[in-house]
Amino acid sequence: MNNIITIWQKEVKSYFVSPIAYALLTIYAVVSGFFSYVAVGYFLDRSIGAQAGRGGPMDVNEWVIRPVMMNVGVISLFLIPMITMRLFAEEKRSGTIELLITSPIRDYEIVLGKWLGALTMYACILSLTLVNLSVLFLFGSPDWRPVATSFLGMLLQGGCLLSIGCFISNTTKNQILAGAATFGVSLLMWTFDWFTGFKADAWAKVLAYLSLTSHFEPFSKGVIDSKDVIFYVSVIVLGLFLTTRSLESLRWRA
Amino acid sequence: MIKVEGVSKRYPGHTAVDNISFEVEKGQVVGFLGPNGAGKTTTMRILTCFMPPSSGTASVGGFDVMDHPLEVKRRIGYLPETPPLYPEMEVAEYLTFVGKLKGMGGNSLRKRVDEVSEKCNVADVRNKLVSKLSKGYKQRVGLAQAIIHNPEVLILDEPTSGLDPKQILETRDLIKGLAGEHTIILSTHILPEVEQICERVVIISRGKVVATDSVENLTNRMRGSEVIGLTVEGQPESGLVQEKLERVAGVSRVILKLAQDSSCAFEIESLQGRNIRADLARAVVEAGWNLTELRPVSMSLEEVFLQLTASEVSV
Repeated sequence: MNNIITIWQKEVKSYFVSPIAYALLTIYAVVSGFFSYVAVGYFLDRSIGAQAGRGGPMDVNEWVIRPVMMNVGVISLFLIPMITMRLFAEEKRSGTIELLITSPIRDYEIVLGKWLGALTMYACILSLTLVNLSVLFLFGSPDWRPVATSFLGMLLQGGCLLSIGCFISNTTKNQILAGAATFGVSLLMWTFDWFTGFKADAWAKVLAYLSLTSHFEPFSKGVIDSKDVIFYVSVIVLGLFLTTRSLESLRWRA
Repeated sequence: MIKVEGVSKRYPGHTAVDNISFEVEKGQVVGFLGPNGAGKTTTMRILTCFMPPSSGTASVGGFDVMDHPLEVKRRIGYLPETPPLYPEMEVAEYLTFVGKLKGMGGNSLRKRVDEVSEKCNVADVRNKLVSKLSKGYKQRVGLAQAIIHNPEVLILDEPTSGLDPKQILETRDLIKGLAGEHTIILSTHILPEVEQICERVVIISRGKVVATDSVENLTNRMRGSEVIGLTVEGQPESGLVQEKLERVAGVSRVILKLAQDSSCAFEIESLQGRNIRADLARAVVEAGWNLTELRPVSMSLEEVFLQLTASEVSV
C-alpha cells in the first residue's frame, strides 16, 4: 500500500512540475468553457421559444448539463492519450524503469500507483467543469444528483481509457506512438455502438455493449446501474491486469 | 554472498551470456571486466532481478533471483549504466523517493538522505533539480541512490563511464570508501580501474568467463619473464648494439623497436627470473655509448586482458 502511495505521489507531482498539467488544464478550460457557453446559449434561445408557447418543458438538467457532460466525454477522448502516453514510455526511454523494477516492490503496485496518478490528473481536469456548472446553480436550481452521477460516470469512463492507455504506454518506448494508439483505441471504443444503427445481429450487440458511450447514458440521466458500473470496473481491471502482465513480460523479452 | 552457477541468457539468434559461474565472498570488491557487449550488463541485470536467466541459477545472500526476487532486491543497490534519475525532481526529493521505494520512511529516511548526500558529495546540490546537474553530479546522485538503503550488495554498471578524469578519480575514491561495508560488483572496460579498486577480477568475453582470480595473481600469472625497454644514443649502427646486447648474460631476446639517426630503442626480454638491468646498463656504457633510457615494461592488466580476450577470439 505504501509503495502504491509513493508511486502515486511521484506521478501526480511529475504532472504538476512539468507543463503537461497546465497545458491540459488550459486546453480543457477553454474548450469546455466554450461548450458550456454554447449549451447555455441554445437553452436561452429555446426559452424564448417556450415563452412564445412553442417547444417542450424547460429543464436545465436535460438541456444544459447533460449535453455539457456528453461533450466533456468527447474532450476527454483527446486529453486522455496525452495523460497516459508518458506513463511508462518515458520511464522506458530514460531508463528509470530499471530503478522501479529492481526495487523491492511488486509490479501491480507500480501499475496501480501510476494509474491512480493519471486518474488524479484526470479528476483535476474534470473538476474545471464544476466551475462552469456552478454558474447554473448560482442563477437557477438544477437537480444536483444527475451532476454527481455524471461525474462518477465520467471518472469511471476515464478510468477505463486511462487503464487502456496505461497498457499501451507500456508496450512502447515512444510516447507519440503510445498517444496515437491510445487515441485510436479510445475513439473506436467510443463509437462501437454506431453498429447498431444499421445492423442488429449478435456482433453488433456485442460491439455496442463494448461501447463506452452507451454505458455512460444512464449516468448522465442520474441513474447508477450496476450493469454499467460492472462494465467500467471490469474494463479498468482488465487494462491494469494487461499492464501488469506486460510489465512482467518486459523482463522475459528484454 | 553472491553465487552464480551456470547462468546463460539466450536471445533468438545469439547468446548474450553463456554458462557463467562465479562466486563473490562477503565484503569483496570484484571487478567485472570485459569489452563492450561481452555480457557484463546482462549478468548484472540477472543479479538484480531485472531479467531472468534462460538457464542456471543465481542467488544473492542465499536468496534465489527467480524464487525470492523481493528479498534479493531488498539486499541490492544497483546503479545502471545510465543513472536512473528523474530530471524533474530535486536531489533530496529524488533520494527520498528511492528510499521509500526501498521500504524506508520517516525520520530514519530523512537522516539517511543527509548521510548519503554527505558521503557522495552531493549535499551542496540537494535542492537543485536533477536536470540541472553536471554529469559527474548525476553519477554521484546515482551512487547515492544505490546505497540509500544500506544494501549488503552493491552492483555498479560502469560507474565511471563518461566522466572527466577528475570526476573518475573522485568516483573511484568514493567506491573505495564504500568497499568495507558492502560487497561490491562493478563492471568496467577500463583496466586501471580494476587494478586500483578491486581485489578480484572476473574477466568476461563474448558471454564467457575467461579468467577469475585476484588482480595480483592474474598479473603475475601472465608475466612470465621481465621485459625491459632500452634506448641507446651515440651509435648509428643499430645492428652492432643489438649484437652487444644479445651477448649479455640472461637475455633471451632483443627486439629492435626504433632506429633513428644516432639513437635506437630496443625491447629486451630476460630469461625467467633473471634480473638483467644492471648488466645491460654496464654493457652499454662500457661500449662507450650513451644509455638514455632503461625502464621495465611491465605487463599491465591491460595486456593480460587483451591476451586473454584475444585468445578467446582466435578459438
